Amino acid sequence: MGRLKHVVDVLEKCPTGIKGLDEITKGGLPKGRATLICGSAGSGKTLFAMEFLMHGAMDYGEPGVFMTFEETPEDLARNFISLGFNLHDMMSRGLIATDHVHIERSEVKETGEYDLEGLFIRLGNAIDSVKAKRVVLDTIEALFSGLSNAAILRAEIRRLFLWLKDRSVTAIITGESGDKRLTRYGLEEYVADCVIFLDFRTEVQISTRRLRIVKYRGSSHGSDDYPFLIDESGLSILPITSLGLDYPVSTERIATGVPKLDAMLEGKGFFRGSTILVSGTAGTGKTSLSATFADAACRRGERCLYFAFEESPSQIIRNMGSIGMDLARWVKKGLLKFHSVRPSLYGLEMHLLTFHKVIESFNPHVFIVDPISNLSSAGTVSEVKSILTRLLDYLKMKKISTFLTDLTHFTGSLEHTSEEISSLIDTWLLLRDIERNGERNRGLYILKSRGMAHSNQIQEFLLTNHGIDLIDIYTGSGEVLTGSARATQGAEEKASEMARQREVDRRLREQERKRNALEAKIAALRAEFNVETEELNLMAEEEQQRQAVLSEDRLDMAHLRKGKPLATRQNVRKRSGKGE
Amino acid sequence: MSDETAIDMKKGKTSTKAFRKTAAKPDGAMYVLCLYVTGLTPKSIMAIANVQKLCETHLAGNCELKVIDIYQQPQLAREEQIVATPTLIKKQPLPVRRLIGDMSDTERFLAGIDLKPRNS
Repeated sequence: MGRLKHVVDVLEKCPTGIKGLDEITKGGLPKGRATLICGSAGSGKTLFAMEFLMHGAMDYGEPGVFMTFEETPEDLARNFISLGFNLHDMMSRGLIATDHVHIERSEVKETGEYDLEGLFIRLGNAIDSVKAKRVVLDTIEALFSGLSNAAILRAEIRRLFLWLKDRSVTAIITGESGDKRLTRYGLEEYVADCVIFLDFRTEVQISTRRLRIVKYRGSSHGSDDYPFLIDESGLSILPITSLGLDYPVSTERIATGVPKLDAMLEGKGFFRGSTILVSGTAGTGKTSLSATFADAACRRGERCLYFAFEESPSQIIRNMGSIGMDLARWVKKGLLKFHSVRPSLYGLEMHLLTFHKVIESFNPHVFIVDPISNLSSAGTVSEVKSILTRLLDYLKMKKISTFLTDLTHFTGSLEHTSEEISSLIDTWLLLRDIERNGERNRGLYILKSRGMAHSNQIQEFLLTNHGIDLIDIYTGSGEVLTGSARATQGAEEKASEMARQREVDRRLREQERKRNALEAKIAALRAEFNVETEELNLMAEEEQQRQAVLSEDRLDMAHLRKGKPLATRQNVRKRSGKGE
Repeated sequence: MSDETAIDMKKGKTSTKAFRKTAAKPDGAMYVLCLYVTGLTPKSIMAIANVQKLCETHLAGNCELKVIDIYQQPQLAREEQIVATPTLIKKQPLPVRRLIGDMSDTERFLAGIDLKPRNS
């Protein structure tokens, strides 16, 4: 039974509408209770509170009261209009009530026992005026600096929180962070249900905002330090762990823009939606390769987003013109969008958010970052890795083919990225210098390419005035040659080839001559033979005639001896011809 | 003790009438005190009694005291920036002074309404 009751009493939550926060709190802030938001000056407490109220009033039908102890409602309205929140409008529509509590110690003299009933009445009045469900007190600590009797204050603040609970409003109390405690005046002692800490740190001159849920009674919650951003659309939190590894994959292949590189990748190119990394030392042609990929995407009619961290768009367009690529037309057509910004301009989280925002608005098929190694100037290696992991996961979810370049330094291994993201990469191309014979040539090979039987050959990478070309480097006679050495070797080979060819031709001609001679001989012999044969035939005929004449003569002789007339000579000749 | 005067005063401006009244008494300025209380709590009763007594003894009747219950006029609490109760606001003579508490500390009360030099 007890268990059942527990299920029934499960904590109700009040959605904040702040991007990402409802995910990590699994629904929002505890409904009908108070939440303490603490942080240093400028950490975004007031903005957090204001967004909570604004989203409540606009999106969840819960009017709110903003009781400010520091800024006047006019100042607040001015501050938040730039974030798209029109406080005056909300007030005139009766969705938000504000009350500015001004308390100044020098103006007030304490002359005995007092309580804060005045504050309660004002708050109650404001709540009733808009039927508020949400209340913000920003920041109640001002009371401590305005009034000196801490004992009374503590008792009254405790009473205030109980009172808020009784009125079942969801409240946000802000508090300045203290040295050892979460808040300077120990407000966390009173607010026991949910405490959120906003951190605003500056490391190596780059600031990062982080949010942590210190406690959340009766609910599970993400416990990491979540980076968050404040920009023109307000506050957004990026939950690090909200993305999984269950994105769909594509078997479609897309051309790289370099036919010979396609050939190295089973003749088809990259997988759509895969992550491609090109790493190489300075001047190995990384930007040219990425621009070629962008050009190929635009030729297919796809949208391409190009984040350039080192060069301005016009510079890239000019430089690519020198290798015969006209990127300006794609920009004009709206297929190619450059986003150039210095990586040190803002923190990593801001970069990630910028990535997200621009991707969301442009919805590209191909996304290029050139180079990612520059991001490390905006944060530590682990931060960069975390940012890139989330970015790549996000891009995979959206099936966007991602092309990253990475500048490797001469020191250290080439097969290593400074961001330690090699495991996130599907296809890894390596561009490297091959120095030999007083010249420097570029070589390209495929370090890995998941899911395809790729070439293992190093190709010479040439930048010509009509784009990128890959050439099989000379690998004959146990040597690897590139550049002019390859060309020299090629010329030599050509010369010896020609000499060999000439030799063969010569021999062929000789053989032909021999054959002709042979045939002539054969013809002569045959003629001689024919003559002999003819002579023999003639001789045989003559002999036959001679024999016939001889036998006739013999018959005549016999007739003559027997004395028979010569008249029967014909018959005898016949008979003898038969009989013999 | 009328509410109109109280509302005029709250803006920190002196009405012409009040100004004339003050100007006509060059020797002793007329004291206008507003006491904001929350119903009849012990602290409220104590404060009212203390202020009335102090007005008689130290201001010799040269004092206009208004007692306002902010439970009945919650809007006034906001307009007058009442946080702690009881609160006494000295509207006249200028400068405006605010005192909080049940006014049991006579010394601080007198210093608070500029009847004694502020030394605390």
